[in-house]
Amino acid sequence: MMDEELRSELSRQGVVTTTLEELYNWGRKNSIWPLQFGLACCAIEMIATSMARFDIARFGAEVFRPSPRQADLMIVAGTVTKKMAPQIVRLYNQMPEPKYVIAMGACAISGGPFKEGYNVLKGIDRYIPVDVHIPGCPPRPEALLQALMTLQEKIDRQHLTGEGRARHLDADAPGEWPIPEFGKHDLEPPSNPALWQPPPMTRAE
Amino acid sequence: METLEPLKGRIEAAVPGIRVEIVPNGSPANPASLLLDSGHARAAAAFLRDDPALAFDYASNVTGVDWPERTVREKIKVKRMVGGAEKEVEELSERKTPACLEAVYHLYSMARKAGPLILRLRTENRADRVSLPSLTPVWRSCEFQEREIFDLFGIVFEGHPDLRRILMWPEFTDHPMRKDYIAPDDYEYEPTPHGATLERARRHYPGGTAP
Repeated sequence: MMDEELRSELSRQGVVTTTLEELYNWGRKNSIWPLQFGLACCAIEMIATSMARFDIARFGAEVFRPSPRQADLMIVAGTVTKKMAPQIVRLYNQMPEPKYVIAMGACAISGGPFKEGYNVLKGIDRYIPVDVHIPGCPPRPEALLQALMTLQEKIDRQHLTGEGRARHLDADAPGEWPIPEFGKHDLEPPSNPALWQPPPMTRAE
Repeated sequence: METLEPLKGRIEAAVPGIRVEIVPNGSPANPASLLLDSGHARAAAAFLRDDPALAFDYASNVTGVDWPERTVREKIKVKRMVGGAEKEVEELSERKTPACLEAVYHLYSMARKAGPLILRLRTENRADRVSLPSLTPVWRSCEFQEREIFDLFGIVFEGHPDLRRILMWPEFTDHPMRKDYIAPDDYEYEPTPHGATLERARRHYPGGTAP
């Protein structure tokens, strides 16, 4: 590894040095192609983010793909009903690695205002691993851009080798998550215990 | 619709054997409605639509109501002998209303620019005899809304062209808008719960109190 001082000195002289990991992550983080789908009103904000005023193209993420096979990022924008949840998980499974998930808005992260409803999934993180959660109802386009930048930082920190290497480079890491089944009273199972456990209550009285 | 009495008479004249009851509504804004007996409801609906003087050609809304068995307490005035003289005394009366499921139809007449007329149909109970005649053959717009009532209340509409669940999945067996529906225990609880949420949280977390 080259030390930072030498590196900045070289770059002042017009010599660019890098590592394969940096170059690889730089390329990945600046071309995150989202999957094009929306579930509720958050999708309107997502569309606004992709238009000229907010311009998600500044971050290289403007290429909304209509097929999960070509997408890197799933933006879960809106309320996930229990009837829709198996399809979301199936779409996620169909995306090739490396893949990331942004849960956008109060509904996608927790059920939001419909939390106590019988038909609403209380957060998509019960079935698929979520990288960035955005609160808000709906979040402003700036919040989605913030989430995208957070995801870029996360991608930038991923390693190609070693213990904590990125999931898509780890042959033992899971690439597919079980799709819930429609049950008589609820989805079965109601959550994936490997991904999500109910948080403990800190105060009872 | 100023008063429903003449309309009730016209329906009874047009559909022999029908039982029509005017259901009053206590609130100042809401108009009274007509309770039809389910055996003749479709004939009455066709009459309301086809009669040129009524021409209720548009069913704007169909919804359901779940009525569990209730005890209604009313104050009624009774004449009683009190101390040798007859006096009017207020007495509390209790009566039980039977449990039923109800479908409510809101009708308008586009031709006459009139409405709404509210029709009610009631099932015999809310357990096993829960079928009503479908009014979709009379008003096409009832189709999806009757499916929704079938899904959420469990009223079976006989004569409906395509009676399937519309919001929940086909394997689902409950009816979420019924008053005795128990929702799955699948949401985490507030950090500082109280009242009903605390009770629910106690049941959710084994061992009585929450961790």
